[in-house]
Amino acid sequence: MLTNARTTEEVALGIRRRVFEHTIRNNGGYLSQACSAAEQLAWLYNEELKLGAPTLPMIPLPFAGVPSAMNPGYHTGAGYNGPAAPEFDRLFIAPAHYALVAYAALVEVGRMAPEGLEMFNRDGSSVEMIGAEHSPGMEVHNGTLGIGLSTGAGLAWGRRRRGEAGRTWVFMSDGEVQEGQTWEAVQAAVHHGIDSLFAIMDVNGQQCDGAMASVMEVGDIAAKFRCFGAACVEIDGHDLNAMRDAAREPHAGRPLIILARTSPWQAMPSLRERFPRLHYVRFTSEGERARMNASIAAELGTAMITCAE
Amino acid sequence: MVEMVNRPYAKAFEAHAAGNPDILCLSADLTSSCEVDGFRDRYPDQFLSLGMAEQNMMSFAGGLALGGFRPFLHTFGVFMYRRPYDQLVASVAYPRRRVRLMAFLPGVTTPGGMTHQAIEDIAVMRSIPNMTILETGDATEVESICEAADGIDGPVWCRVLRGSVPRLFASPIRVGEMRVLSEGSDILVVTAGITTEEALRARAALDRAGVSIRHLHLHTIKPFDAKQFLDHAGSARHGVITLENHVTEGGIGSLVAETMADAGLGRRLIRLGLRDTYAHGGSRPYLMRYYGLDALALVRGIERLMGQAFGIDESHLDAARIEDVHSLVKAEAL
Repeated sequence: MLTNARTTEEVALGIRRRVFEHTIRNNGGYLSQACSAAEQLAWLYNEELKLGAPTLPMIPLPFAGVPSAMNPGYHTGAGYNGPAAPEFDRLFIAPAHYALVAYAALVEVGRMAPEGLEMFNRDGSSVEMIGAEHSPGMEVHNGTLGIGLSTGAGLAWGRRRRGEAGRTWVFMSDGEVQEGQTWEAVQAAVHHGIDSLFAIMDVNGQQCDGAMASVMEVGDIAAKFRCFGAACVEIDGHDLNAMRDAAREPHAGRPLIILARTSPWQAMPSLRERFPRLHYVRFTSEGERARMNASIAAELGTAMITCAE
Repeated sequence: MVEMVNRPYAKAFEAHAAGNPDILCLSADLTSSCEVDGFRDRYPDQFLSLGMAEQNMMSFAGGLALGGFRPFLHTFGVFMYRRPYDQLVASVAYPRRRVRLMAFLPGVTTPGGMTHQAIEDIAVMRSIPNMTILETGDATEVESICEAADGIDGPVWCRVLRGSVPRLFASPIRVGEMRVLSEGSDILVVTAGITTEEALRARAALDRAGVSIRHLHLHTIKPFDAKQFLDHAGSARHGVITLENHVTEGGIGSLVAETMADAGLGRRLIRLGLRDTYAHGGSRPYLMRYYGLDALALVRGIERLMGQAFGIDESHLDAARIEDVHSLVKAEAL
């Protein structure tokens, strides 16, 4: 196991700084997802998940083809999370558009070189914008929202059947509760008593069209999950101690779902002026970009980003 | 008189799966309808009930297969791809999971009408990279479908017959091959699934009329042995005719047309099947007559290809099998 030389707070700040830098440089990025999810991914990678050392090169290899009978050397990006050994945990990033944030987390915990982030969304790179299963840290395709928890439930059932100690974790987003499959998955996980299945959901209240309350109100998610029979804990998703406590919630015979209530402009309050257009931050003018560069850099306690052009 | 075999899938699945801990039997609330109720009762540790929730079942199976299991999914074919198509592609087909999709009630083999009849599944599956497609046409093929499918390193779509199934063949499915049922030189007939029995019903009458038929039966639709097919097509002097329990777009008729066009082989081709139409609810013989999928439709097609009438009518064809809709060997009237 890798030892966590840095605090989870430091890792979370590092994730935000990297995603901020990337977004300013490329004039766009999934920046609000770093605001809301930084603590969750930092906590998973830096302390909660039991993972082995990475098995893939620190600098990701180029795209090497999709799975096919003609592509025998194919492998997924799961090796950045270490080997799929019985004792280790597994992690699926269900909302694959959080990939940039997840890649930044890999860099911050020393599982991928910073150069990997430079390959983000470049033609011929495996470090794809919407995390593919060959992208660093990914093991399955989750770009179509709602399929991650089902896959996790199936894997967790199988691992339990084989007597494996490792847990199966799914990082989710709250928009996924609009998909019927999420409820099918919880129903099945409860029916089959899959308590080695853990989910932490970034409840930031945002989706592509804007605030979820304006797009499709989903009501009391925690009550719904509990009605379906899951164990569900609601926490402040920026409170690491609450996260640590939530993961210890007893849930014998049931999956555990942690609802991490978060702010989409956490640690970058300047982003608030973009509301409700937060899903993908692209600056509307050079002026806005320069202004955001200065104000967010100050908020994150880092230097302004120097842009190439 | 053709031998009829009762519930061949039930026995075959149990024989293949029982005691193999890597094989799991998944069902979406159609357990007895897919003839795995006995297996469920005798091998509960290998059975997973996933309820009426096919989207979850598909991705769940992807997770099981990621963990090294080989899940056999059981439901009606139409429920196996129309609703959970996204999951089928993303969770099963793309990553080449060893998931066996046992799709019951192919085409018009059910009186359940549009919602229950899988009439475009082959077209859909043919266009999915990494997918293998098998179709059963008799009891022997049903008896061998589990072993055939389970030998494939990737996902497999299987059109499975259930209930009382005729035995037409003596040898099991060998994936990638095709059956040559006759080797005439006038017309090449290509059939799959239940249409093969229809073509066999017409054989004697066509023989008497002096038509020399070459007949191929396809249990493997993807991959397809184009070279062998082209050799057969090239030796049929009046052309090729396909008869399928499926729409004529994207099924074996299209497969044959594409293969001939790719090779530049010029032969007349008639594709029989559902012609850009949905079917409705009714008995199998009624539907096959109504939509032109039966032996008589094949004879008429051959007459068109040959440019002559043979005076064959229903009385000249071998007796159609009469099936009781409420047969004891089916779980319900569907």
